[in-house]
Amino acid sequence: MPPANAPVTDPDELRRRTRALLAEADPAACGRSAFLRARYDAGLAWVHFPHGLGGLDAPRSLQAVVDAELAAAGAPDNDPRRNGIGLGMAAPTILRFGTEEQKKRFLRPLWTGEEVWCQLFSEPGAGSDLAALATRAVREGGEGSDWIVNGQKVWTSSAHNARWAILIARTDPDVPKHRGITYFVCDMTDPGVEVRPLRQLTGEAEFNEVFLTDVRIPDAHRLGGVGEGWKVAQTTLNNERVSIGGQRMPREGGMIGKVAATWRERPELRTHDLHRRLLSGWVGAEVVRLTGERLRQQLAAGHPGPEGAGMKLAFARLAQELSGLEVELLGEEGLAYDDWAMRRPETVDFTGREAGYRYLRAKGNSIEGGTSEILRNIIAERVLGLPAEPRVDKDVPWKELAR
Amino acid sequence: MTDLLYSEIEEELRSSVRALLADRCPHESVLARCETSEPYDRKLWRTLARDLGAASLLVPEEAGGAGASAREAAVVAEELGRAAAPTPYLGSAVLATAALLALPGEDETAGLLADLASGERTATLAVPLSTAPGTGAFPTSVRADGAGTLNGTVTSVADAAVADVLLVPAEGRDGPGLYAVEASAAALSVVPRTSLDLTRPLADVTFAGTAARRLAGPEEAPAAVERALLTGAGLLASEQLGIAEWCLESTVAYLGDRRQFGRPLGSFQALKHRLADLWLDVVGARAAARYAADALATGDPDAPVAVAVAASHCGESAVRAAEECVQLHGGIGMTWEHPAHLYLKRAKADQIALGTPGRHRTALAGLVDLPAPTA
Repeated sequence: MPPANAPVTDPDELRRRTRALLAEADPAACGRSAFLRARYDAGLAWVHFPHGLGGLDAPRSLQAVVDAELAAAGAPDNDPRRNGIGLGMAAPTILRFGTEEQKKRFLRPLWTGEEVWCQLFSEPGAGSDLAALATRAVREGGEGSDWIVNGQKVWTSSAHNARWAILIARTDPDVPKHRGITYFVCDMTDPGVEVRPLRQLTGEAEFNEVFLTDVRIPDAHRLGGVGEGWKVAQTTLNNERVSIGGQRMPREGGMIGKVAATWRERPELRTHDLHRRLLSGWVGAEVVRLTGERLRQQLAAGHPGPEGAGMKLAFARLAQELSGLEVELLGEEGLAYDDWAMRRPETVDFTGREAGYRYLRAKGNSIEGGTSEILRNIIAERVLGLPAEPRVDKDVPWKELAR
Repeated sequence: MTDLLYSEIEEELRSSVRALLADRCPHESVLARCETSEPYDRKLWRTLARDLGAASLLVPEEAGGAGASAREAAVVAEELGRAAAPTPYLGSAVLATAALLALPGEDETAGLLADLASGERTATLAVPLSTAPGTGAFPTSVRADGAGTLNGTVTSVADAAVADVLLVPAEGRDGPGLYAVEASAAALSVVPRTSLDLTRPLADVTFAGTAARRLAGPEEAPAAVERALLTGAGLLASEQLGIAEWCLESTVAYLGDRRQFGRPLGSFQALKHRLADLWLDVVGARAAARYAADALATGDPDAPVAVAVAASHCGESAVRAAEECVQLHGGIGMTWEHPAHLYLKRAKADQIALGTPGRHRTALAGLVDLPAPTA
């Protein structure tokens, strides 16, 4: 018998455990929430997480085995799109940098979706240059006392639904900018947190501005050391880029499917110029799909390639090209827009709305989660090994930087 | 799903070919050779074919080959592209071999196939290098008479100058056929052209009552020629990947090294962003080329789509990479001495070879039901 906490690496063992879970916690009988909690406790939530934290220390690739069993049984899932930031960014960061207490407290309701998370990173004065952020966190008393936070955050999706936020704030303005940042978990129900919708060019408000006024955060909700927030944030941001543009796609999945369908159904819209561009776009979509597939195969084989850094860049370029083409293909109909009404959607739905929405929303693909320009810098420096641009802000205390 | 990675065996094959080319095919010798009367490196080709088995990969073991597949053949194509090596790999080990493999294995065909696989002899398919697969037309400008002699001219044939045997698609009295002509035959002329690609020179081949053996008639010849063109276009995508990789790597190395304005050129964001975009192109080219090679290897019915996608993307990526390589090397990139032009010429010629990217996209329109406007 292997020790109880040994990594589970046998797919059949995972199948056996999944069937045992379904027998013990029949979702039809016990309800969705109870089933999800039982799934977490059985280590079948994210199998690559540790024992006791929703996983079995299994290889990440074996998640598909569990998911397939559960899907075949018609079991409810944790609606991952509703808590993308929690699952994709907060969870891996808490796992890597959190205390045992923090992991026990936060990860279970995060995974089940009972507690939604948001991310308080970007600020009006700190976008691509995130490390320039100005939100201040000051200790109320001595070491171990609460932190009092003041500042403004922006581009916060799900803030209006979120129970918790991952937050980075400046705790030492006297050192260079990357060194004076600390990473916290912020309670979104604190009376000092004010969330205002930020209406975007599509008409709706996926995002928010968040004003923080004397928000109190216990020191026990600090993730990582004081002044080490930038290092911690790198984990979050790297995971963000994996979660954007990293989904598996069938051929003609996504934007190209919409354009191709319109092309097939509406011969009267066809022109030679559009045909040429459609075929280029089709090839582009297929190449991005194959690149993503190859990346996943590398990950599954245990050899993650640097290709991940390029996926978001490729995806953004393609989505923008194809959504623009679709509006143009529609001709007169492309002059219309489905609805400018201000709404607060919980998820981005590229396919549920009309072409004009897709065109406008795709503009965000090259901005959110790292602009395409920043991604090109990352590829050039970290993948290709080109030298960094000379920096004027690296060794200067944050408070002396021009703002 | 298709395996888009490289196996250990494929990586070992790559290492052997790369080591041989590093030793025997440095840029100086390619440059020195390309203006002589021997632009092909026959000795290098013999070593590749006989010692490394590079010509036998597509051929089953029972037919005298290595029993590998288009996946391994693609790896060799990548390496030959990286080195801009002047060998008749495409004509002999890919086009002619793939055509013969699509024929029933009668004695004569089988003997020739085994000779090509062992490197004993070299062949090529006598079609203009620009011929694309998937057009539905039988590519020939040659007529065969009842006695089996050929008349006509085929222009721009790759690897003809070093071929011992020409496989000639020709129109006979009963329809299309595939014929074999010995290079030593009377009434045959093979006239080298001054070619854009210095490392894969072309020749015009004229038959004037030339004796030929018919290998296949109307039943088999069109499918065999189509299979050869499809295999050729699919594996050429891997060669284009190799070209693009060399261009990207050498440009990155140069920009990391070369200093102007007191900094390495590679620290300028305007140049970094161009290289990042180029890298992304190459990453896509690798995925597309691997998919095409695998589809050809496994007989996947999706192979025509896979090849069209790979040819379209890799053809353009190789040209872009070579053009960026010349531009970002600045003055030195314009010289004859620097090898960048070998890759630019190979990339530009490869873009036309076996169908331009635009022709492959036109083929896709039919394959994936995205029809052109009728008016």
